Amino acid sequence: MSLYETRRKNNAIATGLAWLATAFGLFWLALILGALVYEGARGLSPAVFSQMTPPPGSQGGLSNAIAGSLLMSAIGVAIGTPLGMLAGTYLAEYGRHTKLAMIVRFINDILLSAPSIVIGLFVYEILVHPMGHFSAISGAVALSLLVVPVVLRTTEDMLLLVPGSMREAAAALGAPRALVIGKIAYRAAKAGLITGILLAVARVSGETAPLLFTALNNQFWSANLNAPMASLPVVIFQFALSPYKDWQQLAWTGALLITVAVLSLSIVARTLGAGRRKSR
Amino acid sequence: MMYSAESLKTPDAKVSVNGLDFYYGASHALKAVSLPLYENRVTAFIGPSGCGKSTLLRVLNRMYDLYPGQRAEGEVWLDGENIIDPAIDVNALRARVGMVFQKPTPFPMSIYDNIAFGIKLYEKLPAAELDARVEQALRGAALWDEVKDKLHSSGLGLSGGQQQRLCIARSVAVQPEVILFDEPCSALDPISTAKVEELIEELAEDYTIAIVTHNMQQAVRVSDYTAFMYLGELVEYGETDDVFNKPKQKRTLDYITGRFG
Repeated sequence: MSLYETRRKNNAIATGLAWLATAFGLFWLALILGALVYEGARGLSPAVFSQMTPPPGSQGGLSNAIAGSLLMSAIGVAIGTPLGMLAGTYLAEYGRHTKLAMIVRFINDILLSAPSIVIGLFVYEILVHPMGHFSAISGAVALSLLVVPVVLRTTEDMLLLVPGSMREAAAALGAPRALVIGKIAYRAAKAGLITGILLAVARVSGETAPLLFTALNNQFWSANLNAPMASLPVVIFQFALSPYKDWQQLAWTGALLITVAVLSLSIVARTLGAGRRKSR
Repeated sequence: MMYSAESLKTPDAKVSVNGLDFYYGASHALKAVSLPLYENRVTAFIGPSGCGKSTLLRVLNRMYDLYPGQRAEGEVWLDGENIIDPAIDVNALRARVGMVFQKPTPFPMSIYDNIAFGIKLYEKLPAAELDARVEQALRGAALWDEVKDKLHSSGLGLSGGQQQRLCIARSVAVQPEVILFDEPCSALDPISTAKVEELIEELAEDYTIAIVTHNMQQAVRVSDYTAFMYLGELVEYGETDDVFNKPKQKRTLDYITGRFG
């Protein structure tokens, strides 16, 4: 066989294997999503959004868990975003080549990949244990610890993409450093910064482990930050493991809701990111 | 360039560089450079890449302050004030000494806001006055007629040449005394280049100008004085006609006749 034909054959084999691997991955993804939509959609009804989690054997919904998830995620993001953005700004703008920045970046990378159950245990030790009881606020703090590394990383990356010439141009007009960063660099990186925050929201809204040790769960409607609070992931965890058919159905529906929410956030984040690349 | 009786008077030195040394870390980039920038005149810095001409320009507005490890020694007098002195307010200095860069650097905001950004740094003006200043700056940069109907669309949507004139307008808007041009036409097509050069000559009526250029014809066209630099040293400085027509140094002659560089 000629060299050329051998290469053609090898190319066909390699391409085929690559297609196969892709198909393998997509197959399971499709199966998971298919099962989720099939099982979850059956339980969708207005009651899911308007009624509280029921005792076994009676009618109910997920309203307290949805509200709890939204509230704790919102507080977690509200705490974590400023911290992450400020630290990311330090790394990209002020401390670029300093030793401190290298250490902070390294620690942040560890935090980024830390198992979330460790975060849950940590917050249990520093908040839940001293307070003496589980609470929504400790759940929000646990989530904020997951937000910080994501936002920090994207903030740093996006600010580093802003060309140095833009900063020089602003400085050349006599703008002090804080304005160069706040009015020019942030604006140039705006789409990327928002993407980072959306990704952080998507990340924390599906987290179960950090909430198990902190916010625990609540069968009832509660807006008290000082008391245990229900959340979708924890309710799914509890209901899916239960022997009751109606609880299992609610768990499927809850899982579908989270998946749809995270998927929509990711799509929005992607679209923003793509818009940014096109305009450059 | 035509000389009126007014412009034939010996001009005053707006900026005097005196025994300036510059270091990028350990590398010695400028060696004992001394030269004046005359008021309302255009001074061109020419020389091969790496000769220190951009470095010299970036000393004049302390741009190097943004980067750790870069330092200047010597004296640079601007109206009797040594701007190398660490104690001076760098931001106030940069408001007096504007700079236009090699690549156009419009901010990611509207044309109007691009100009207003610099004005608002140091002045708090009523809206009508701000509008007037923006228009004045855009007219000054010969851009007004092209953008007056789209002041609130993004500055990034302009062509390269328009963006560069926007950057010039932005510098002019803060009413500096000196404007530094760092190869302002190297990213532009010939027509845009001609417009920017024409603009530089007009600006020289009100401002003191320094321009770094790789293009010797450009230096001849726009400048009154020329400084030829080589390997961090100022080899020759004089009136542009003299430097190009009867250079005193052999290295200058070799460079302007294209024997190296």
